[in-house]
Amino acid sequence: MAHRFESVDAVRSSLRDVDYLADDGIAGIAYLADRLDKPVLIEGPAGTGKTQLAKSVAEMIGARLIRLQCYEGLDESKALYEWNYKKQLLRIQTEKTDDVDWDNIQDDIFSNEFLLTRPLLEAISADDPVVLLIDEVDRVEVETEALLLEILSDYQVSIPELGTLEAKQIPLVFLTSNNTRELSEALKRRCLFLHLDYPEMEREKEIVLTKVPDITENLADQVARIVRSIRQLELKKAPSVSETIDWARTLILLGIDQISEQDAVETANVLLKYRSDIEKVVKEFSTNSQAHFEAVGS
Amino acid sequence: MTDTTGVDVKSPGDDSPLFNLIEGFVVELRTAGLPVSLVENIDAAQAVRHIPIEDRAAFKYALAATLVKNNAHWKTFETLFEVYFSLRGKEYALDPDGDDPFGEGDFEDGENPDGPPGQGGEGGGEGLSPEELAELLYQALMKGDSALMRALAKQAVKRYAGMEPGRPVGGTYYLYRTLRNLDLDGMLERLMDQSNEEAGEDQSSLDQRLQKDEYEHRIEELRKEIEAEIRRRLVADRGAEAMAKTLRKPLPEDVDFMHASRDEMANLRRAIYPLTRKLAVRLARKRRHGRKGPLDFRNTVRHSLSYGGVPAEPKFRYPKPSKPEIIVIADISGSVAAFARFTLHLVYAISSQFSKVRAFVFIDGLDEVTRFFEGVDDIAEAVHRVNTEADVVWVDGHSDYGHAFEVFWENYGKEVGPKSTVLVLGDARNNYHASQAWIMKEIQHRARKLFWLNPEPKAYWNTGDSIVGEYGAHCDGVFEVRNLRQLEGFVDNLV
Repeated sequence: MAHRFESVDAVRSSLRDVDYLADDGIAGIAYLADRLDKPVLIEGPAGTGKTQLAKSVAEMIGARLIRLQCYEGLDESKALYEWNYKKQLLRIQTEKTDDVDWDNIQDDIFSNEFLLTRPLLEAISADDPVVLLIDEVDRVEVETEALLLEILSDYQVSIPELGTLEAKQIPLVFLTSNNTRELSEALKRRCLFLHLDYPEMEREKEIVLTKVPDITENLADQVARIVRSIRQLELKKAPSVSETIDWARTLILLGIDQISEQDAVETANVLLKYRSDIEKVVKEFSTNSQAHFEAVGS
Repeated sequence: MTDTTGVDVKSPGDDSPLFNLIEGFVVELRTAGLPVSLVENIDAAQAVRHIPIEDRAAFKYALAATLVKNNAHWKTFETLFEVYFSLRGKEYALDPDGDDPFGEGDFEDGENPDGPPGQGGEGGGEGLSPEELAELLYQALMKGDSALMRALAKQAVKRYAGMEPGRPVGGTYYLYRTLRNLDLDGMLERLMDQSNEEAGEDQSSLDQRLQKDEYEHRIEELRKEIEAEIRRRLVADRGAEAMAKTLRKPLPEDVDFMHASRDEMANLRRAIYPLTRKLAVRLARKRRHGRKGPLDFRNTVRHSLSYGGVPAEPKFRYPKPSKPEIIVIADISGSVAAFARFTLHLVYAISSQFSKVRAFVFIDGLDEVTRFFEGVDDIAEAVHRVNTEADVVWVDGHSDYGHAFEVFWENYGKEVGPKSTVLVLGDARNNYHASQAWIMKEIQHRARKLFWLNPEPKAYWNTGDSIVGEYGAHCDGVFEVRNLRQLEGFVDNLV
């Protein structure tokens, strides 16, 4: 099978073309996922671009994105496939009048026609290139994870009445996890593992520059620096990349192009979502200015 | 020369050196405690066929993606990777091999490290006086010139670490010696003074803070460079396998509470928040997904209406396990304070699983600290207040379990009821005071359960002034809880 990507660098530059700034790790693993035909399990704090990576890869290779949002109570009939029993019922009833033998009907009602495909099966049976995104896989119960195993390792789905459906082409698969619980060994073993953490300052600055139109280089730099500074504090929830972007947009809307302590403190609620965190940051920034005044005074 | 140290990647057959290399690396990872399965090993071997070893960053990520499936293990992986692969690949060869990888002619070390200083350039690195070296370092930090910083890190290690072949000293010793000579704190001060001067009066404190962060970041980078250089030299001296052994550190969840270093403590503190979150989710789920109870007749009949009176959808009563009331009595004297802190943190983080949590701390006096946690959403802050504000010293500030229990029994004994689960945290090192073990017996009699958590290794129990056996006789369970893993396991079972 032809590979989608030329080299690691090619992945990186084409991701950049769709406004996703990948670092070495991200580009390397996307490249490997293609070469080894393996799913990628992306883990990391919320708002670091896990889902976005899958979307961007899909956009990059011009594939359709099929998304399975996981939640507690997700089951086979919503993830894999379901028999359209109403249609089956109808079929049986229309046949009733004629003298058709049972075997025929049975073969008939368990055919592709009566199969409702759900995201996983759809990804397997698609003819066009697809990217499968299994979002927040840590939300399903451990037992439900087992549903995914067959598709992840062999790219096939077994339906008792129909037999095994194999993938016409191997899709790129991304799973994301917020790490609210430990995923099973079986699942992890089948995947390449990518931990997406908060980006380095330089990269964050570039992300802000690409995602926020009209921002000046200077402001983006300042935003990235302040965010790095805030992340170093011990917070309940450190600001994520998406919050950084929101904050930069807020600053633009307010017409600020040089952030003062005052501005930072007043707009901290965009970056931080816990009261105790905001208080901590405000305190941290203002004690600092106090020390500064003393230093200037002496 | 470099051809022999570099690995041949042109023909990665099954018994190529690269394959053996991965094989050996996986063995190292396993001895370090990382669970690497056979399948993952094969994946790694396949992955590296697509990534040239020369592209070091990508190579590292490729191995990590296939071998390490838990972010907590990343640190261990990274250290091992550096050790194991530090001398493979030509740009990471040691200086004596000749060409300076960074093109910094000025700091070329010459052909032989022990010989005369490098011929080329304006005097090799060895020719620099300590002052000049410090000055250059200052310049490099000022400008953020990472290539220069790397070269200087090499030079500093060579000059100050005093490394001798075959000397049985760990890397931290060399690191300490190098850093002491460089005086990085002084350097930071100087950098800050300089930048303040340049900016003048109109610089805001925010700018100043950001500038400081930036310099701190650069200095941290330098520290890492120095560490890496020391590691490279040690590996060259002793070989990768021996080095990996000395560098083996416990995984964060296995770090001993009582002997954690400051860095490890910081790591633990960072680890505890995600852990509590995970635990809370798991416990809440467990509660919801309890087994089905008996048939709920009324509910079934009510639902049967929509089926024309046919009870087609049976409804069951879900058991509602009672929420226990938790009373924590913790020793917060020196050696076991960290353990008490983590346990309090954990218990309060999942306090929604309990109907009530009350916390008492003692050394030789006892104080209730429940008030610190009430209405506070920053548990770390509350725990900090416990350590600084609680009134726990009675006579001399040495643990006296007997007296603390006496105080507890006198003032709060009546509040221990059949719903309470009592946790006692401590090493039961009583400094040969009276044990007052009868109080434990009384508490056990009155409470639902009484557990004792001891952060000491089991082998030390009942040695010296430890009387955990005497107390333990009256407890429903005495557990050794030395690390996060054991703590998590215990709390999990508690609910």
